Amino acid sequence: MSDNHISSEKYLNMDLMRFTTAGSVDDGKSTLIGRLLYDSKAIFQDQMEAIEKTSEKMGDGYVNLALLTDGLRAEREQGITIDVAYRYFATPKRKFIIADTPGHIQYTRNMVTGASTANLAIVLVDARHGVVEQTNRHAFIASLLQIKHLVLCVNKMDLVDYTQEAFNKIVDDFETFSHKLDIPDIHYIPISALKGDNVVTKSEKMPWYDGSTLLYVLENVHIASDMNYVDCRFPVQRVIRPQSDEHHDFRGYAGRIEGGVFKPGDEIMALPSGFTTTIESIRTMDQELAEAFPPMSVVMTLNDEIDISRGDMIVRTNNQPHVNQDIDLMVCWLNDKPLNLRGKYTLKHTTQDLRCIVKDIRYKVNINTLHRIEDDLQLGLNDIGRISIRTTKPLFYDNYRRNRTTGSVILVDEFTNETVGAGMILT
Amino acid sequence: MHSYNLTHLKQLESEAIFIMREIASQFERPVLLFSGGKDSIIMVRLAQKAFWPAKIPFPLMHIDTEHNFPETIAFRDKMVDEVGARLIVRSVQDSINQGRVAEERGANASRNNLQTTTLLDALEEHQFDAAFGGARRDEEKARAKERFLSHRDEFGQWDPKNQRPELWNLLNGKKLPGEHFRVFPISNWTEMDVWQYIALENLEIPSIYFSHSRKVLDRNGILLAKCDFVSPLENESYTDRVVRFRTVGDMTCTGAVESNAGTLEAIIQEVASALVTERGARADDKRSEAAMEDRKKEGYF
Ligand SMILES: Nc1nc2c(ncn2[C@@H]2O[C@H](COP(=O)(O)OP(=O)(O)OP(=O)(O)O)[C@@H](O)[C@H]2O)c(=O)[nH]1
Ligand SMILES: [Mg+2]
Repeated sequence: MSDNHISSEKYLNMDLMRFTTAGSVDDGKSTLIGRLLYDSKAIFQDQMEAIEKTSEKMGDGYVNLALLTDGLRAEREQGITIDVAYRYFATPKRKFIIADTPGHIQYTRNMVTGASTANLAIVLVDARHGVVEQTNRHAFIASLLQIKHLVLCVNKMDLVDYTQEAFNKIVDDFETFSHKLDIPDIHYIPISALKGDNVVTKSEKMPWYDGSTLLYVLENVHIASDMNYVDCRFPVQRVIRPQSDEHHDFRGYAGRIEGGVFKPGDEIMALPSGFTTTIESIRTMDQELAEAFPPMSVVMTLNDEIDISRGDMIVRTNNQPHVNQDIDLMVCWLNDKPLNLRGKYTLKHTTQDLRCIVKDIRYKVNINTLHRIEDDLQLGLNDIGRISIRTTKPLFYDNYRRNRTTGSVILVDEFTNETVGAGMILT
Repeated sequence: MHSYNLTHLKQLESEAIFIMREIASQFERPVLLFSGGKDSIIMVRLAQKAFWPAKIPFPLMHIDTEHNFPETIAFRDKMVDEVGARLIVRSVQDSINQGRVAEERGANASRNNLQTTTLLDALEEHQFDAAFGGARRDEEKARAKERFLSHRDEFGQWDPKNQRPELWNLLNGKKLPGEHFRVFPISNWTEMDVWQYIALENLEIPSIYFSHSRKVLDRNGILLAKCDFVSPLENESYTDRVVRFRTVGDMTCTGAVESNAGTLEAIIQEVASALVTERGARADDKRSEAAMEDRKKEGYF
């Protein structure tokens, strides 16, 4: 929305943080985003007037800030979020991309969509109801997706008289669960999204809380190290051969750096062929680069003509990914039609398209206890489990924990073409 | 070790280039929908960067209502020439002449909705299977719900309640015959990002974005430019005002804003302190609360 009052010089030097909301239905996610936008002055007059009118029409009796993100007709009618809404705002410190996701279990796949690219997840809990199954499910999904920063916001503090006991109880409950998760950085904040306590400004109603506001955390969390700058990975999207007079012999490989730092002169290997050569140049339309790192989109030229096409991967000879056809994944199932053991699916991984067969369903995860369920192996909508697949061709991949791009796959139904599974590679 | 940090605008640029390359490789017949407005000008620049030093590997297409600002059309032709791209123009007037659609009547008649039919017909005629658009999620609340890669059924319809999950950057472009996709590489850009990028890249834009003097009439708070397609109502009259346009649409529904901003730097200042959204001056969005959602469901841009 309006990226107001930030000088051009500052604006051009901001970094980018993507965050997502999570938590059970009606815990106040959309209201919180509305509040954050409103209090940081990222709402325009005409948007405000529009939601004031709608709130009045619906007899809310107050301005419903959730309407700022609940943009579909059906969402407004039902007062729930159905699909992710993306919103934008900036402070002099950072530029933010917000994915406001639905809490309703039926729409978990949309929550996963919003969370898959996030640096940080805000998980909301209703102070009256405490930690519920959806809180756990979403926190677990955030952990599986390797979101490294989580802010647990205990919301609706206004409805529990802003008492410290209510807050502490929920923090304790969540800690019991979250120590089983793989999230290194967790913050706890008592808030009222409706009234604005501790969202952008510090609440006077909770003197017992001496931590920071939500906005302060969002502005100051250290995200630069979330990217992998160690393992050089360059999946080839496209071979560029202009065949014009000016660039007659040009042959470049277009793609995005998905790991590590590449430099001209580096010795590289192309997969799957295994041929090696060195980098001649790394270019964009604007310049020749001395180095390229994630997430830059570049064109690479090499010193020897070796056979490389879309779907291949350029890596450093001394740091190669796994190359394998038998792979184990954690999978989030996203479709009404359950995962089919022995079934065949289209699989997409980096720039490769291939097919796979599901050879084994190892276990399903109990969302509340995180225990393995081994006697009921049906993976239905919103279930999470570990599976083994075999692919038609070798994949070049890293463990998802090491690299979110080279470690992720999607499964696509061969008949409906729908994306049915989100997979994170284990081995 | 020094820090490897891309500024947010460079990250957005890279994301858009990544998407364009994916689509050009996954689809047989992509097309870039080009209106001559600032967003589509940026789209063309990004496409040049994505495939450089090769040419843009798909044509541009303009769905021309013939109610455009003449400045936009002149700019369009010049730009296409400079870029060396192929431009396809399909006209709403032809669709009207062929009886595919009927002209709206009344004072607020607009060809905005009619474009959908012309667009869908043109996509079918050329068998385009992916159409790039320069729509941004920050423009409008229904647009805020869009995926990068947005599925359209054989009738060109969008089903916002049942969109495909879109995970990480794995774009699933699989489809049945007759279906197509809309692709929005600059989904994550804000109006400010667009202006900053235009300044950074030194891009040329149509003159109507800059402050100029023009005869306008005030219709329900929307300043409409004097032209052949708008007739003043009884109590309306033209006045000379110093204005500019924040978006470029049809002359029948795109309102001007009063402004002295004559340079990019001044426009950026103005955008930074704007109190209303850029589409706040678009009569086509004011028709009803879900006007954009309804149009999009039918296959609008
Ligand atoms: N009293 C009080 N009510 C709140 C607060 N935050 C949200 N609410 C109310 O809780 C209800 C649900 O809020 P939403 O923001 O729509 O909840 P949500 O988490 O986005 O719900 P889904 O997206 O459907 O999962 C609305 O009636 C809000 O006004 C709060 O801090 N205090
Ligand atoms: Mg919501």
